[in-house]
Amino acid sequence: MVELWTAIALPGLWIVAKVLMIVVPLLVAVAYLTLFERKVMAAMQLRMGPNIVGPWGLWQPFADGLKMFVKETVVPTNSNRVVFLIAPMLTFILALVAWAVIPFGEGLVLANLNVGILYLFAVSSLGVYGIIMAGWASNSRYAFLGALRSAAQMVSYEVSMGFVIVTVLLVVGSLNLSDIVLAQQGVWFVFPLLPMAVVFFISALAETNRHPFDLPEAESELVAGYQVEYSAMTFGLFFLGEYANMIMMSGMTAILFLGGWLPPMDIVPFTWIPGPIWLALKVTALLFVFVWVRATFPRYRYDQLMRLGWKVFLPLSLLWVVLTAGALVAFDWLP
Amino acid sequence: MSAMVNVVRSFFLVELLSGMGMTFRYMFRKRRTLNYPYEKGPLSPRFRGEHALRRYPSGEERCIACKLCEAVCPALAITIEAEPRDDGSRRATRYDIDMTKCIYCGLCQEACPVDAIVEGPNFEFATETREELYYNKEKLLANGDRWEAEIAANIAADAAQR
Repeated sequence: MVELWTAIALPGLWIVAKVLMIVVPLLVAVAYLTLFERKVMAAMQLRMGPNIVGPWGLWQPFADGLKMFVKETVVPTNSNRVVFLIAPMLTFILALVAWAVIPFGEGLVLANLNVGILYLFAVSSLGVYGIIMAGWASNSRYAFLGALRSAAQMVSYEVSMGFVIVTVLLVVGSLNLSDIVLAQQGVWFVFPLLPMAVVFFISALAETNRHPFDLPEAESELVAGYQVEYSAMTFGLFFLGEYANMIMMSGMTAILFLGGWLPPMDIVPFTWIPGPIWLALKVTALLFVFVWVRATFPRYRYDQLMRLGWKVFLPLSLLWVVLTAGALVAFDWLP
Repeated sequence: MSAMVNVVRSFFLVELLSGMGMTFRYMFRKRRTLNYPYEKGPLSPRFRGEHALRRYPSGEERCIACKLCEAVCPALAITIEAEPRDDGSRRATRYDIDMTKCIYCGLCQEACPVDAIVEGPNFEFATETREELYYNKEKLLANGDRWEAEIAANIAADAAQR
C-alpha cells in the first residue's frame, strides 16, 4: 500500500500539480488578454474600452466568462451533435496541450522533449481539425465556407513556417526547445535571421486566424465563419482556444527568435529578474504586436492571402534556408 | 528604377510600418469618448424630450383643456377630456399621452396658448414595460414639477428667437 502511494500516487499528484501550475495562469492570461486587446484597440481608436466592471474594467473578463457559463448552449437541429460538441473541446485542449514543452526557464519545463519543436508544430497544425469539424458539423453554409478557408489558409502558412523553423534548427543543431533558447545566449536570432522572424510572425498571425488574416471568421462576409452556430460555453471554448493559441504562438516566436527566458544582456540589472518573467515580458510584447496589427490593418482578400503565402513567403523562406545552410557550411559554423 | 524602389519598399514593409506607427501615435492621444452615463453632451434649449405639464408660480395648473395639442398631434398620441371645475374654470379631467405613439415633433408645445404642455430636456425615461409609457395627467404634472427649473431656463434662453 505504501509502495503504491510512493510509486504511483505521489508522482501522479506532482504531475497534476505541475500541469495546474501551467494551466491556471494560462487561463487567467487568456482572460486578461481579451481585456488587454479591447483596451489597446480602444486606445488606438481614441475610445475608452471596458471601464465599468471593476476599476478600469479589470473584472470584465470574469463578467464575460460568467455570461458564457449562464447562457444556453444551442445545438442546431441539422447539426451532427457529437462532432458539433467535440470540435470546441478539441480546439481548446490542443491549445492547452502545446504548453507541455514550452520551457519557462532553465529546466523549468513540463516535458523536456528532444523533438519539442516538432511536437509544437504538430499540435499547432492539429488545431485546424477543430475548425473543420466545427464547420462541417454545423451543417451551415457560413460555417462550412469559414472552415474551408481556415483549412486552406493554415496549410498554406504552415509550409513557410516550417522552412523558418528549419533555418533556426540549422543554426542551433537541435530540436530541443531548451537547447534552442540556450543557443541564443550570445545573440538572439532576431538579429541574424530578421527576415525569417518577420515571416514567422506574419505566418503566426495567419496560423491563429488573426487580423489581417481572419478570413475564416470574416464577419462582414461570413458572419462569424465556423463559429456561426456556436453559443454559450461551446463558443467560449473556441474563443479561449483562439486566444490561448495566440499566446502559444507568441511564446514560440519568443523562444525561437527572442531568446526565450534569457535576459537581453548578461549583465547585473537584467540577470536579477528571473527567467519566467523575461519570457512573460517577451510574450506580452509580442501579444501587443498581435493587437496592434489588428488595430491597424484591414482584412486581406482571399486570393491576396494565398498569393502572399505561396508566392512570397514560400520562396523567401526557401531562399533563406539555402542561404543560411550555405553560410553555415562555407564558414564552417555548423553546430 | 521606380519599380526597384517599390520592391525595396515592399520588402522592408515601409507602408505597413508607417501605418503601424500612426496607430501607435494615436494610442497616446486624448480619448474622444463621452463617458455617457457619467458625462453628457450639451443640449439645445429647443431640445424636445419627455413631455411635462407646467404650473403657474401660484401652483395652479396652466392647462385649460383647449385641446389644440390634441388636434395638432400628427401621431394622435394625446387624449383629453375636460369639464368645468367647481370654481367654474375649465380644466382637463383626463390628459393622456401615449409616449409610444409620440414622434417628438414638438407641435403640441407650439400649439399651446398658455405654455402648459412642453417637451423638456429629459431623454432618459426608458421603461421596462409598455404600460409605463402611457402617461396620464398626474405623471405629466409630476414631470412638470420635477423639471420646472430647466424648462423655465430653456424657455427664457430661447425667447429671443421667437
